[in-house]
Amino acid sequence: MIGALASLGAGVLGLLAAIGRLAAFTGQTISHLVRPPFYGREFATALLQIGYFSLPVVGLTAFFTGGALALQIYSGGARFNAESVVPQIVAIGMVRELGPVLVGLMIAARVTSSIAAEIATMKVTEQIDALVTLSTHPMKYLTLPRVLAATLVMPILVGVGDIIGIYGGFLVGTERLGFNAAAYLQNTADFLEPSDIVSSLAKGAVFGFIAALMGCYYGMNSERGAMGVGRATKSSVVAAAILILTANFLLTEAFFSA
Amino acid sequence: MITLSGVHKTFGTNAVLRGVDLSVAKGESMVVIGGSGTGKSVLIKSVLGLVKPDSGTITVDGKDVNKGDRDAFLARFGMLFQGGALFDSLPVWQNVAFRLLRGSLKKPKDQARAIAVEKLRRVGLGSDVADRLPAELSGGMQKRVGLARAIAAEPEIIFFDEPTTGLDPIMAGVINDLIREIVTEMGATAVTITHDMTSVRAIADKVAMLHAGKIRWTGPVGDMDASGDPYVDQFIHGRATGPIAAVR
Repeated sequence: MIGALASLGAGVLGLLAAIGRLAAFTGQTISHLVRPPFYGREFATALLQIGYFSLPVVGLTAFFTGGALALQIYSGGARFNAESVVPQIVAIGMVRELGPVLVGLMIAARVTSSIAAEIATMKVTEQIDALVTLSTHPMKYLTLPRVLAATLVMPILVGVGDIIGIYGGFLVGTERLGFNAAAYLQNTADFLEPSDIVSSLAKGAVFGFIAALMGCYYGMNSERGAMGVGRATKSSVVAAAILILTANFLLTEAFFSA
Repeated sequence: MITLSGVHKTFGTNAVLRGVDLSVAKGESMVVIGGSGTGKSVLIKSVLGLVKPDSGTITVDGKDVNKGDRDAFLARFGMLFQGGALFDSLPVWQNVAFRLLRGSLKKPKDQARAIAVEKLRRVGLGSDVADRLPAELSGGMQKRVGLARAIAAEPEIIFFDEPTTGLDPIMAGVINDLIREIVTEMGATAVTITHDMTSVRAIADKVAMLHAGKIRWTGPVGDMDASGDPYVDQFIHGRATGPIAAVR
């Protein structure tokens, strides 16, 4: 009994310590935002890597999800003669939930893993130490540009994902399910409200922050060797995915609980 | 002058440094020898502030290394890392000129590149190497690029961490000669850590042996063979038997 309680206590203490370390890391990252120097070139590279090069995977994910959503809503709605709501539900489903969450998870898979592996490798090969000896703060040079770029570019990616997802539903709806194109678009536009779009883009910014922060945090705290790099990469993706889904619930509650 | 006094550092239960006392005079080339895992790297990383000692003081020209302006402090140093530690994503010339492209020593890009190419030439690499990525270079070339980066900003103090590890004897000889020449011509203070005795004889003015977390012996390189210390004798002659346990 005492052994079990001790294990539980150690686990709780470990969790609290990890939360504390992550909070301190987050605070440090944000504090560097207002302290020069700012490495514009690294920021631009991160924008390109996280934003532009993620467009294909984001587009494909959103397109097929929108199409599948239209098919599901059509077949499910047919059970109570509600097939006509496909445009509205695809729009609201993509913009409020599936767009930001799926783009967030794809970014966690593609970008978080890449950042964690890159920084962890830099750590085990002493490149982080080399940065310090060259009078360059690793948080400023590696973490801030990536976190800032992800936070700023993710709303754009989510916006693009929302549009492509709705387009996927539109294509399936008009080409496969027999909807009139003009009516489909009109219903989509009429049903979406500005708050839907704002919530979608805001979720994107938060998910981008989480995805890049987790990559940097686990990369910077990587252990030695190939196993350390692998563990950092895996942990970063798992943590980013869980935090994105948790944040999604909290943000949905905040935006739509009324 | 670099002075370490009573420096202790423990990682978990492993007490790596147990009261290190060491002085390196200005313009002197000090080589720290010792077996693998004896804390040689921790020693120089402590001076640079990459590792924070648990206790003891480290001063450079009388100033505590953990106080004051870090950028100004680090601008005085150059370091060659054991594996080169070149930045994979940057071409060779940007690695060499890294410090000259940003921060307090920032120079125009063309000027920084010219300095990088000159430093590469100084370490025996042609200008054709400048635009290659580090991954495209051999181990010996990477080491030389690391050396060029360490001297690019003409630092007062240069640290060399295992400069010849993993190199063939000829390339190791080239690196040893380069280090000796560069340190002499720049008038820099140098601290090298190695267990390569050929390097020690080629580079050192003075030698210090680190063993069991303390400086076991220190003296001019010419006195090393007649140190009278059984630990130093065993180490420099590479004997499996002696006071230093072969299995650690």
